[in-house]
Amino acid sequence: MSDFFEKTDLTRANAEKIIDETLLNKDDGELYLQNSINENITLDDGKIKNTNFTKTYGMGFRGVCEDVTAYCHTNSINKNSLIDASKNINSTLRSFKSYKHNNSIRRTNEKLYSDHNPIEAKSLKEKIKLLNIVDQYLRSKSNLVKQVTASISTEKKNIEIIKTGGMTLSDNQPLTSFKISLIMKKGTKNTQGSYATGGRMTFNDYIGENNWKQVCDEAFRQAEMNLDARKAPAGEMDVVLNNGWSGVLLHEALGHTLEGDFLYKKTSVFHDQIGNKIGNENITVVDEGNIFGRRGSLNMDDEGEKTQRNILIKNGKLIKFMHDRLSAKLTKNTPTGNGRRENYMFAPMPRMTNTFMMNGKNTREEMIKSVKKGIYVDALGGGSVDIVSGQFNFSVNNAWLIENGKLVMPVEGATLIGSGPEVIKKIEMIGNDLKLDNGFGTCGKSGQLVPVGLGIPSCKVLMTVGGSKT
Amino acid sequence: MLKEKKELENLATYCIDKSTKFGATNCEVRVGNIISETVNLRNKKIENSDRSDILSVNITTYIDKKKSSTQFTYIDNKNTNVMIEKCIEATKLLPDDKFNSLPDKKLLAKNTEDLLLFDKSTINNEKKLEYLKEVEDTALSNKLISQTNGSSFNQSKSNFIVANSDGLLSGYKKSEFSSFTDLVAKKNSSGMERDYYYDSKVYLKDIIKPKDLGNNAAKLAVRKLNPKKTKTESIPIIFEKRISKNILGILSSAITGSSFVRSSSFLKNKLNNQIFPKNINIIDDPLIKKSTYSMPFDKEGVKSDKMYLVKNGILKNIILDSYYSKILNKKSNGRASGLSNTFFEAGKRSYEDLFNCGKKLILITDTMGAFGNPTTGEFSCGATGIYYEKDFFYPVNNFTLGGKIENIFNNIILANDLEFKYSQNCPTALIVEGLVVGGY
Repeated sequence: MSDFFEKTDLTRANAEKIIDETLLNKDDGELYLQNSINENITLDDGKIKNTNFTKTYGMGFRGVCEDVTAYCHTNSINKNSLIDASKNINSTLRSFKSYKHNNSIRRTNEKLYSDHNPIEAKSLKEKIKLLNIVDQYLRSKSNLVKQVTASISTEKKNIEIIKTGGMTLSDNQPLTSFKISLIMKKGTKNTQGSYATGGRMTFNDYIGENNWKQVCDEAFRQAEMNLDARKAPAGEMDVVLNNGWSGVLLHEALGHTLEGDFLYKKTSVFHDQIGNKIGNENITVVDEGNIFGRRGSLNMDDEGEKTQRNILIKNGKLIKFMHDRLSAKLTKNTPTGNGRRENYMFAPMPRMTNTFMMNGKNTREEMIKSVKKGIYVDALGGGSVDIVSGQFNFSVNNAWLIENGKLVMPVEGATLIGSGPEVIKKIEMIGNDLKLDNGFGTCGKSGQLVPVGLGIPSCKVLMTVGGSKT
Repeated sequence: MLKEKKELENLATYCIDKSTKFGATNCEVRVGNIISETVNLRNKKIENSDRSDILSVNITTYIDKKKSSTQFTYIDNKNTNVMIEKCIEATKLLPDDKFNSLPDKKLLAKNTEDLLLFDKSTINNEKKLEYLKEVEDTALSNKLISQTNGSSFNQSKSNFIVANSDGLLSGYKKSEFSSFTDLVAKKNSSGMERDYYYDSKVYLKDIIKPKDLGNNAAKLAVRKLNPKKTKTESIPIIFEKRISKNILGILSSAITGSSFVRSSSFLKNKLNNQIFPKNINIIDDPLIKKSTYSMPFDKEGVKSDKMYLVKNGILKNIILDSYYSKILNKKSNGRASGLSNTFFEAGKRSYEDLFNCGKKLILITDTMGAFGNPTTGEFSCGATGIYYEKDFFYPVNNFTLGGKIENIFNNIILANDLEFKYSQNCPTALIVEGLVVGGY
């Protein structure tokens, strides 16, 4: 545990006293303390461009009454800042005369990752050497490789949550990430490929002896494939998505609309659909924050609640939303371990952890065979969603044109769009090959970024493809 | 209280002294204090308040031609020493890069003009709430607005110092007041649609009137109601101003020094070549007074001046900092912090006249996803808009736009309705051909 009270005039006893004085007459709240160190080393254009250490240190104090949140944060952890924060919270919430204080929390002793520091797993010198080897490896694959960017990012995030009555919860969250992107050039045509790996296990689990090569090979494959790609078609057609990272479809099209804040605000397209059938029989969607070692996993969420497996949609029926403590309280549900925040500068909100769809019965070959004209998406990019209308979009990095059940040629420059409620009805076939992504998802919501996991089996769905060929 | 200049200067000087003592041959330090206060209202009720006070330090250390950097929020001098030592250790391990250096002393900003970027006024949370209530009262008085998705008012004040071991020690204060509302429209049994409006000003007294904010956002959300789908076709496209500004976004990401050096731009070999029609001029002016996006110098302390990016359709300048300008054998143009107030000079045709380009067209009111890929030059995004046919028009959504970025550049026709509202500003823009709509 990081001792936040070592370097300040604020003692733990003082802090607990101010927390009690401020929060005992509020419904909820906590003091959130963070101390994290991040090291990022980037090789670009054949040289180590920079090494960068970032230290994020500070506290956020939150008080909640009914549906109103008062939040104050600062990088100076000392007595005066905590007293100022307390005054500020009391001022915002002064009109609330009655309260129902609840500081009970669901805890667990389960550990989904060990308490290690990935920054120290290898010396800086070794990491620099590895990135240079990566650069040589990729450039030796083809003289069409014009640019390689490779980075190693490691982080150790220590957090502590103090609630009323001196209740203290803490967690040390390691995170490692290894990313490759490259540019190939043939004639006047530029293509890109990118791939990554990472999670909360040890450095060597992701960037060991030879597993970095797989990441390089996949990035290379994507860029090389697009050298001969033609224009993607435009219009509504069958789309076969490959397994794994295509789970970003699920994340955007459905996941966000099932976050609890959009339930109590009644702004989600699904806010009045709980218990209703919203998709076909084969569709079961899960958000699971307690999978061992994964990028989206947490021993506890950023409110101190234990993470868990939440079945959101079962056999096509909408079962539940994902909640933080506030949305759970306002909708009379229990928290689901989805209260997350990027860092101490933000109050928590309902966020996804690792979100995926369960297996169906079909094989990918059957799906491709059944398509007369459409595309097979080999590598999806990122996406976004408007939760009110349910419309989502994402970019396609690599795809193949399918004609009469066969992959004909690579196509590029496509976007996929649709609306969540419609697309879930249009998933026609689901594969038996569920795969979780390689550990590089980052989700943004209201300006906060958090690491997430994704997964999906191969599936076939009718969607609008935004290419430039009519 | 916002930290005073002297205090930040002392901290910056401390960091330079320590870095030098620990072995840096050169170093650059940026110190910034930001105090930001926000209130959010939703459906006429306060939803949350947020106060933030951050003092951050950013240090780059050089040992001859080796370079490394560190960022942290200030805790105390002891922690600062630890971070600097770590940074120096890393610097020693890095290979030489002959282009690493502090900026050319001759280019540093001296005696800069006051751009009026700081307003002493403050607005307390009660006044912010009053403002937001009026915004939401106005918006919700529109019968088609069913609820608000949140309205916020933010006051942000910052003080910033950049210093280096060549004796640079400059800084300036900034203030920003911004208001925002996000509304949900609903009509009978139709689905919900949302849209937003915002404003951001350096001076509190210049911020948009709450009634106008509420009305503007309501109009935008309501016009999306009862959308139809549209078919796949090639058709003229008009980008509204809040969308057409993204054309400057994609241009600016394709003309950075780094993308030219790294060959990651589709415009790499286009400097001094025609990339737009002859009547197009694009300017970046960091010295506009009272603009949130102005800056007397960039984050390296290099003076930034008004500059043509595109003149008579020809790409004249790219975005340069010290490092990439050296590689390209040019001088930094003070754009280490990126562009500032960028704009297309207004065109000659009226807004109405753009709609006379054919029998049918789509006015794009919103897009989703990246507005083009600056490496490949491909363009594809999700879109929402209004379909105009001869005598009638209706909202359409859930379609895509696809093509190439150069199709947009080559075919752009601008209206005469330029206004300065964002950091990138473009008049309403017509693209007669070159974009494909993907629908059913």
